[in-house]
Amino acid sequence: MKNDPRRKPRATDTAREFGFATRAIHAGARPDPVTGARNTPIYQTTSYVFDDVAHAADLFNLQTFGFIYSRLTNPTVSVLEERIANLEGGRAAVCAASGHAAQFITFFTLMEPGDEFVSSINLYGGSITQFGLSFKKLGWTCHFVDAGDPENFRKALTPRCKAIFLECLANPGGIVVDLEPVAAIAHEAGIPLIVDNTMATPYLLRPFEWGADIVVHSTTKFLSGHGTSMGGAVVESGRFDWAKNDKFPSLTEPEPAYHGITFYETFGDFGFSVKARAVALRDFGPCMSPANAFYTITGIESLHVRMDRHVANTQAVAEYLEAHPRVAWVSYAGLKSSPYFDLARKYLPKGAGSVFTFGLEGGFEAGIKLVESVTLFSHLANVGDVRSLILHPASTTHRQLTEEQLVAAGAGPDVIRLSIGLESVEDLIADLDQGLASV
Amino acid sequence: MRAGAAVETIPYEDDLLHGILCDVRTIAMVGASPTWSRPSSFAMKYLQGKGYRVIPVNARHAGGTILGEKVYARLGDIAGPVDMVDIFRASEAAGPVTDEAIRLAPEKGIRVVWMQLGVRNDAAAARAEAAGLTVIMNRCAKIEYGRLFGELSWGGINSGIISAKKLKLGP
Repeated sequence: MKNDPRRKPRATDTAREFGFATRAIHAGARPDPVTGARNTPIYQTTSYVFDDVAHAADLFNLQTFGFIYSRLTNPTVSVLEERIANLEGGRAAVCAASGHAAQFITFFTLMEPGDEFVSSINLYGGSITQFGLSFKKLGWTCHFVDAGDPENFRKALTPRCKAIFLECLANPGGIVVDLEPVAAIAHEAGIPLIVDNTMATPYLLRPFEWGADIVVHSTTKFLSGHGTSMGGAVVESGRFDWAKNDKFPSLTEPEPAYHGITFYETFGDFGFSVKARAVALRDFGPCMSPANAFYTITGIESLHVRMDRHVANTQAVAEYLEAHPRVAWVSYAGLKSSPYFDLARKYLPKGAGSVFTFGLEGGFEAGIKLVESVTLFSHLANVGDVRSLILHPASTTHRQLTEEQLVAAGAGPDVIRLSIGLESVEDLIADLDQGLASV
Repeated sequence: MRAGAAVETIPYEDDLLHGILCDVRTIAMVGASPTWSRPSSFAMKYLQGKGYRVIPVNARHAGGTILGEKVYARLGDIAGPVDMVDIFRASEAAGPVTDEAIRLAPEKGIRVVWMQLGVRNDAAAARAEAAGLTVIMNRCAKIEYGRLFGELSWGGINSGIISAKKLKLGP
């Protein structure tokens, strides 16, 4: 061969498998090709000029890559999307304004009116409300099941079901769902398994390695990590065959909202992401702001270091509480007493996260007293902050649920939820100690 | 054409793909469609925009024009040199096309046979490689160009590229 392409200079160094920490810092973010800016610039712009009318037409037809309007794509947000896709081991990601928005654009891309899906009941309370009440208004039905037995998912499946949804490390805490058999059940039914990986982050768990097909995140939590920035993300594995059956016309049939493009055929293993962006994000508009993307990118750069400390602090606090005479029970999958200890060892060998629940001997009243007595733990409705947080789910995040749903979701009236931060762990224990002394 | 996920992905080295995209200038696109919303039309238009000459080959539309280029019925009908044959046909149909590329390689200077996303024919690839051609299967030249030169990342797609060097936007 006169022009052996193999002899060209090296383009990149992808021959090497880079470690998680390297990818958390570098994936998706190369120095700017024009200015050389090393950190990712905040592209605080709504729109982007076209080269000419033909270029504009190509962009609107999705025939070329490029930026039109920041509701669809933004260069800062793109860096975050590639970063998250890379860390999850996925093919592509789409960011959204929040975790809820990410879930909405996921289901909008999968579902038709009248369609159904099966979800674990062990979810963040806001997701139970979104799926059970608000989605109903769109003609979508969610069948909730107890995720303790994977067979419950199979039993709840109907011919109209288009997905199975779960949190492997579930909020409000302590519960680990057996991912692998649920993935097998979804695939036997020809539908994708969607995993909300917010509580574990890709540092502790990569659901694609256990058979999940789509991962969703609230990036507001550990990924941004500092309680500064709202955001969400949808990641696709690139391995689900949407054309295997006729369940996903939105991906396999010509799209009337895009001049008859067939997304799976045209974009292959990232067709789901292109569709979620080009139709759901375009038409409903819940895009992430470039500033929030920047803060989240900065947060992710220390994700691996923070998560190690989050789980170490959490283990120490959980062990302290378990030994305390006024504590009735502790639900943390990192404790040997937890029924989920073995599942946590399998799926979360680096640690069972930093959010968990416990109850006091004095029940509801004692719990309320404790929440109001601590001075270092912040009483608020978030998780995954460098600051330690305390909350009574039944009266706050899970307030819209019925008593029955509260218990099923692990958020009964006596439950206190902690999100352990990165403060000195002895100070956290001292604060709980003085709080418990007062109840 | 079936979509990519249905066919097993072959892990080509980025340097190989980068080398091909820097080396070739004229691409014969077998199975090019005159319908703008077909994947081949997307790829052809994009590659034209990046400075490649793309010559459509499609017996059903021979004599017509696609994106300003005359359509030929067969590879052998193309007058000038061809560096790469890009096949937008079913995997079985890629066999005879590859054989024609092998036969024409000395005369036209064909160095690469590239089978599109979802197209894979291992027997044909083995014959082409034995004849000294480079073969890429189940990849899209547009997507790989976009991936290696940074544009694919604009869509939140994982390029797999880790580098602290300034991005170069083209060959």
